[in-house]
Amino acid sequence: MLTAIVLLPTAMAALLLCVPRSAPRTLFLTAWVATAAAELVLTVIVWAGYRADGGMQYETKARWIPSAGISYHVGVDGLSLPLVAVTCVLFLACAAYAWRETRRPREFAALFLFLQTTCLGLFVALDLILFFVFFDLSIVAMYFIIAGWGHKDAARAALKFFLYTFIGSLALLLGFIGLYLAADPHTFDIVELTDANPLAGRGTYGGLVLLAVAVGLAVKTPTVPFHTWLPPAHTDAPAAGSAILAGVLLKMGTYGFLRIAMPVLPDAWRDYALVFVVVGVVSVLYGALVALAQTDFKRMVAYTSVNHMGYIILAIGAAGAVGAGQEEARRLAITGSVFQMVSHGLLTGALFLLSGVLYERGRTYEMSAYSGVAGRAPVFAALAGVAAFASLGLPGFSGFIAEFQILTGSLGPEPVATGLAVLGILLTAGLFLRALQQVFLGPLRLPVAAPGTDRPFPDIRVHEGLAIVPLLALGVVLGLAPRFVLDVIEPASRTVLELLAR
Amino acid sequence: MTGMNENPLDLLPEVLLAASAVLGLLLGAWLPRRRQWLTGALAGAACTAGIVAAAMAATKPVETAFGESFALDTLTATSRIVILGATLLVLALAMPRLYADPRETEFYVLLQLASAGALMMAGSQDLLLLAAGYLLASVPAYALAGFRKDGPGTEAALKFYVVGALLGVLMLVGVTVLLAAGRATAYPMLRTELAEAPAGLVAVGTLALLAGILFKAGGVPGHFWVPDAVQGSSAPVAAFLTTIPKIGALAAFYRLAAVPLADADLPWADLVAVLSVASMTLGNLAAFFQQDVKRLLAYSTISQVGYLLLPVAVAGRTDLDQEAFLYYLAGYALTNLGAFAVVCALPAAHTIDDYRGLARTQPALLASLVVCLLGLVGTPPTAVFLGKLEAFSAAFDGGYAWLVVVAAVNTVASLFYYLRWIAPAFLSHGAVGDPGTRSRSAAVVAYAAAIGSVLLGLLGGAVLDMLGGPLAR
Repeated sequence: MLTAIVLLPTAMAALLLCVPRSAPRTLFLTAWVATAAAELVLTVIVWAGYRADGGMQYETKARWIPSAGISYHVGVDGLSLPLVAVTCVLFLACAAYAWRETRRPREFAALFLFLQTTCLGLFVALDLILFFVFFDLSIVAMYFIIAGWGHKDAARAALKFFLYTFIGSLALLLGFIGLYLAADPHTFDIVELTDANPLAGRGTYGGLVLLAVAVGLAVKTPTVPFHTWLPPAHTDAPAAGSAILAGVLLKMGTYGFLRIAMPVLPDAWRDYALVFVVVGVVSVLYGALVALAQTDFKRMVAYTSVNHMGYIILAIGAAGAVGAGQEEARRLAITGSVFQMVSHGLLTGALFLLSGVLYERGRTYEMSAYSGVAGRAPVFAALAGVAAFASLGLPGFSGFIAEFQILTGSLGPEPVATGLAVLGILLTAGLFLRALQQVFLGPLRLPVAAPGTDRPFPDIRVHEGLAIVPLLALGVVLGLAPRFVLDVIEPASRTVLELLAR
Repeated sequence: MTGMNENPLDLLPEVLLAASAVLGLLLGAWLPRRRQWLTGALAGAACTAGIVAAAMAATKPVETAFGESFALDTLTATSRIVILGATLLVLALAMPRLYADPRETEFYVLLQLASAGALMMAGSQDLLLLAAGYLLASVPAYALAGFRKDGPGTEAALKFYVVGALLGVLMLVGVTVLLAAGRATAYPMLRTELAEAPAGLVAVGTLALLAGILFKAGGVPGHFWVPDAVQGSSAPVAAFLTTIPKIGALAAFYRLAAVPLADADLPWADLVAVLSVASMTLGNLAAFFQQDVKRLLAYSTISQVGYLLLPVAVAGRTDLDQEAFLYYLAGYALTNLGAFAVVCALPAAHTIDDYRGLARTQPALLASLVVCLLGLVGTPPTAVFLGKLEAFSAAFDGGYAWLVVVAAVNTVASLFYYLRWIAPAFLSHGAVGDPGTRSRSAAVVAYAAAIGSVLLGLLGGAVLDMLGGPLAR
């Protein structure tokens, strides 16, 4: 079942590439939307058959390269299932959003379908090399999306993105090799490694492996100081690409921490938990402060991702704090961090699609170029307002639940750090409100009429609405009735803590 | 240890290749010009038969032939299959280009003789045979480099020849010194003798011997000929020069590391590690701003030698090294030939700019190029990725973690110049370069190599299992 979910988009992509380029544009886009919808349906079926407290489910294990300890091993549990679901939702939204794509739609659709395979594959992979394969291929696919369909300095931004994340992936690979050689018998299987805890009591070795793994994942997350690839990549990518990059690809890093670093290296994690707390807090504050200084709407949203990912790092660091003894609080922190991944995926995805709408109409992200847009495009303004308020963590939205859990959970083990991190919420509130005011309120002022639009600044089109509204609606649903997701996450976060306490 | 085994059938692949070369020379003398391609077909048939023979020989137990001078083990069998397979691909690249050329036969004969030399190097278990293999692999290659008889080709051949002659002499000096130190040239004898010989003598002899090996492998410091010879010669010859002699030389290097020098009182592993770092770093740095695609690929092959030396450095210290080395060798050969096949497919495109906008004009060819170049970087699921993973694991396990880190950093650096080539080819805005007309047959080779490199990566498990056999001692 999971294998079908993972491979279906790539099969479809291969099929599309066999269709001649001269075929009508809508054929490719329809196929894309249909595949993305089918993926979502399959995921819903998986979710329906998932028992909340059943541990790893839908497992498949096949021999792949046995002599190198590599196997094809996939499965889902409470950590991965919500991310698989949010991935499918976001890809469907992007497929809908790209409905009017005119530049090489065949390749665009094929690349996105391939990217979907890599994202889903990563979240269900239970073998380090399988994880790495999808990790690397996602970089390749995203490189071509940014380089081929981005704007302005796209080639440069794509190169920077590729080099940075590739360095990260190689650090990750070194860490994986370290784990592989430490285990006896040698294996790359995550479940076996988790059971074996191969580096227990080997302080320096464990520390070095954790360093390699953590650097790799931190680049992808991204945390300060490894975040510098993110703003150009986001700004110059096409809107759908940014949405996937922020909504899904960034989660690969944080998911890796929960799936690999914490359960497999519990000793080292407990020893160095404070480092993650500090990095988390710095990311929260630095991301928010730099976002505050931006004049470019999309860049601002990009920096808020650094801020939001910082909360997750803070939470997982706090969960590893030794001698805290506050089981309940630490579990809340872990649960909150998974919930934050889901929530951030939805909300940031929506924000990036909205910034794409802005760019399409005005050909610039510069906030000072706009004013009073609410009068001309009320629906757009309303959606942007909802997305901004949700993202800054207003009660009633998913972001609030996530941040509340993270901060409450972290407060006990790490009071000072958490106290500082709360300031981040204040800063994001300020910057979002300022952005809303500048772009949407006041007298009407638009950039010099963009070529290709018949009247300046039309309101949200149907396909754009179909992409953005469900994301925000889900954000609200998760904010008002989060139980059905939390029920899935909580048993998994309990397991993570048990593994960490060994 | 086996007794005197002088059964010529043990050398069937080598004999087939040499016989077909001689026969081809005779045939070519009286065949009409438009029928000369028959000698090429004969060469292809010899390679195919040789692969079958090597595969059958691989199932037999390990032994040595001709008085312990030639090893018949997994290392030889794998090198044979890879070398002959690579020769087949080069033939496929060259034949359509050379059709009815006045010197068509000569090309195939030289190609086969050089390949036979590489085969000898890979299997030789005796320093003298190694030296003979070196000469056989080198002399026809000099002629191939200058085959076009134009300015750059002549310069390439001359430079290639001068460096090769110098380092070849040095290699013979090394053989002599090691003979003096170990009182033998056969590896099994040397292994015991060198352990007791004066360390200084062994060191001098080994260094001189390595000069020749590194020249053939195109690794630092014997790499000076690579960029000029590759850029100056025609694309199929360039593909040949950067693949086939390398395989023979590196297999010989591995055998030296694992058998005669394993017990010598020499910081051997450190020496190989330093050579490995030098090769990958210099190759990568020099490739950074190359505009000419052949030159870029030439430097990339120098850096690949560095990665291939990782398992050589830890030969015999871990149980991963041989599989890693052989698998990487096969993956490298296939992927590198794939990249050169793309260059052959667009004969008029010389610089990176000529590839600009290739996505619109030749999407399938660009896809092959992307697979091969990213494959050379080590992006999964291609063969080189698995090879690199195994090589890294082997070096890590053998206590060379620092070397693995250096190799990983180098891998990232290499990404930069490969992307410099891919990015403009993929981007469509801006002026489209002029890749000229496409050679259909070379394009087919490129597709096959790209698909093969991915398949080899995906089916790596089955292949790796076959590469673990013991070495002849």
